[in-house]
Amino acid sequence: MSWITTISVWLIPSLILTILLVATWKRVPSYEAFVDGAKEGVNMSFSIVPYLVGMLVSIKVFRESGAMGFFIDLFKPLFSYFYIPAEILPLAMIRPLSGTGALGMTSDLIGTYGPDSFIGRLASTMQGSTDTTFYVLTVYFGAVGIKKMGDALKVGLSADVIGIVASIIIVRLVFL
Amino acid sequence: MVNIIWVFLFLTGFIFAAITGNMEAVNEAVFSGAKEAVVICIGLISVLTFWLGIMKIAENAGLLNMVSRLMYPVISKLFPDIPKGHPALGYIVSNMTANMFGLGNAATPMGIKAMKELKKLNNDKDEASRSMITLLAVNTASITLIPTTVIALRIEYDSAAPTEIVMTTILATACSTLGAILIDRYFYYKRMNKGRGIY
Repeated sequence: MSWITTISVWLIPSLILTILLVATWKRVPSYEAFVDGAKEGVNMSFSIVPYLVGMLVSIKVFRESGAMGFFIDLFKPLFSYFYIPAEILPLAMIRPLSGTGALGMTSDLIGTYGPDSFIGRLASTMQGSTDTTFYVLTVYFGAVGIKKMGDALKVGLSADVIGIVASIIIVRLVFL
Repeated sequence: MVNIIWVFLFLTGFIFAAITGNMEAVNEAVFSGAKEAVVICIGLISVLTFWLGIMKIAENAGLLNMVSRLMYPVISKLFPDIPKGHPALGYIVSNMTANMFGLGNAATPMGIKAMKELKKLNNDKDEASRSMITLLAVNTASITLIPTTVIALRIEYDSAAPTEIVMTTILATACSTLGAILIDRYFYYKRMNKGRGIY
C-alpha cells in the first residue's frame, strides 16, 4: 500500500503549488494575503497554550502514578483480541469530549511511543479524522437556542465510533 | 463532562501514586507536563502560521468559492428539506469547505449562521429539525483534507515522514462522514415510521 504514503507526501506540495499558481493568474497579491492569514495562525497557537497545559499535566500525572498502566492492563486482553493496542483507549474515550484534551493525549502518545510507531500513526490518524462531538453540539445548538436535540447526540457519537474503528483498520492495512 | 474527566485524571493519579509510592514521579510529571505543553504550542506556531497564510491566499484567489460551487450539487442532495437557493445552503457549503481545509475557526461562524437560517425554516422552534441534525452529523465527522495540527505535532517529535498519515486520515474521515450520513438517514426514517417526524 505504498501508493497511499506516496499520495500523502505529494498532496501538500501540489496543493500549495496550485494555490500559488491560481492566485498569481488571478493577480492576487499572494505575499500580502499570506501575511494577513498567517497572523491568525500565531494567535491560534497561543490560544491553545492554557488548554494544552491543563490537559498534559493531568494526563502525565495519571500516567506517571501508574494509574494509566493499571487501566491499560485491565483492558488489554479485550483489545488484543481485536488487534488494537490498549494504549489508544484513553484517546478514543476523550476524542468526542474535548478537542484540546484529545490533542494533549495525541501529543503524549506520539511523544511516548514515537511518531513513526504504530501507536503514533494510529493516534495521528484518529486525532485528524473526527471532530469533538460535544463541542460542536454545544456551540452550534447553543448559539441558536436549540433545547431539544433529537437524535443529534446519538448520530454524532455513532459517527465517532465509526471514525475510530475506521482509523484502526486503515492504519493496520497501510502500515503493518 | 470534560471537567469531570479532568478532575478524575488528577484524583486517580494522586491516589494511585499514594498507594504505589510513585509520588516523586508525579511531582516531576506536574512540571514536565506543563513544560512539554508550552514547547508543543511553540512548535505549532510554525505550521499553523504557514498554513493559515496559504489558505488566506486560496481564499483571496477565489479557490474556496470554487470548491464550494463544485460541492453544491452534492450538498443540496444531503439536505432535501432546504428550498433551492436558500441562503442556508450557501452557509452549509462554506462551513464544509472550511472544515475540509482544516480552517476550524472559519468553519464555526459559517456553521452557526447556517443553524440560524435552519431555525428560521423550522418556524423558530427550539427543537432540532432534520436538516440541523444532518448538519451536526456532518460537522462532527468533519471531513479533513490536511490535518495541519497533527502534522505539526509529528514534526515536533522528529517524525521521519510527518505527512505520511495524510492519506490514512482522509480515508478514515471519509468513512466516518459516510457513516454519519447513513446513520442520520437511518434515524430520520425511524422517526418517520413512528409518525413523530419533524417536517
